[in-house]
Amino acid sequence: MGELNRSVTLEGSESGFATTKLDALLNWSRKYSLFNYPFVTACCGMEFMAVSSPRYDFARFGAEAPRFSPRQSDLLWVVGTISQRQAPVLRRIYEQMMAPRWVMAFGTCASCGGFYDNYTTVPGIDKIIPTDVYVPGCPPRPEAVFDGLLLIQDKIASGVREPSVVKPRADPVAGLVQIRDTKVKAKEKTK
Amino acid sequence: MSQLALDKLKAKFGAAVVETHSQFGDDTAVVEPGVWRAAAEFLRDDPALDFNLFVDLCAVDFPKRVPRFEVVLHVYSFARRQRVRLKTRVGDEEGEGCEVDSLVPVWTGANWFERETFDMMGIVFQGHPDLRRILLYPEFVGHPLRKDYPAQKTQPLVAYRTEEEAGTILDKLAPFGGDEGMAFGRKFYLPKDGN
Repeated sequence: MGELNRSVTLEGSESGFATTKLDALLNWSRKYSLFNYPFVTACCGMEFMAVSSPRYDFARFGAEAPRFSPRQSDLLWVVGTISQRQAPVLRRIYEQMMAPRWVMAFGTCASCGGFYDNYTTVPGIDKIIPTDVYVPGCPPRPEAVFDGLLLIQDKIASGVREPSVVKPRADPVAGLVQIRDTKVKAKEKTK
Repeated sequence: MSQLALDKLKAKFGAAVVETHSQFGDDTAVVEPGVWRAAAEFLRDDPALDFNLFVDLCAVDFPKRVPRFEVVLHVYSFARRQRVRLKTRVGDEEGEGCEVDSLVPVWTGANWFERETFDMMGIVFQGHPDLRRILLYPEFVGHPLRKDYPAQKTQPLVAYRTEEEAGTILDKLAPFGGDEGMAFGRKFYLPKDGN
């Protein structure tokens, strides 16, 4: 499944040895054997089912096994709206996961609260837990979810922990879609 | 036929029936809060009325009116295939004094509806067996569907991470921006200069 990173070099094709760095090998195996914890709360769950079932099938990317104990899982899928009342549960689930762990915000509600801009809803799971990948869409199409999954895998391979974003489709009317550079702005703010 | 319930209410409670109207075959009676439970019992027990199905109970906030809140009850009669709406008005301008008798002794189904109305609007149902919040958490202060509750005010149960801790901006706009091809995107949060 998949190809070895460039950091893996094959030497002496007849001797059958390969040399690599231990970290690279570990990350390579982690990225293709993700154990998922689906925290499914809302309608985005239908798209999650599509992603996980044979038509789209995220097993092709080595992210097949769902684990319904957070202690055994690497990747937390937050799929759907998180209400204020659920926030302690999500926080606890995250705290129970073993490091290294990754979090995907699946859909607009998990990313920023969606259109629930009121007393009920957490305005984005990044307010309560660190988030690695944001997938836009209401709900996102399975293709967008795969973009997010591949981003997670890139991050696992490279060790980068800064949040990354699946690009939304271009707005056909106004072309308004723009990824915010929140990182840079945060630095400016602290100056 | 459809006026029957209103006529009987007026005959029974007299001046305690503040106003009545009928529209599209649906009857509404507004009664004084003092006869709220008596009127409900009358609707249920009178053999000619026989409203045996509790349908809905809610409240409406009219911030400029006194009394400020309208408690609205819908009941239905299976036998007569009639429905009737009973209202009462409680509460002063500040939202105090929103007490009305509980209807749980009349229709058991009113239990959770009264809890919800208490949770969202702060109507206190006297005689309710278990008047707690039903949708929100006990730590919540205030009643969010009152018109004087700030629309975007949240009361988090988990303390939010700080921006220093996260290393990124944490606001209500997702990192993919306010527009993702959806009409309800949060465009108004976008800075005007296009950054």
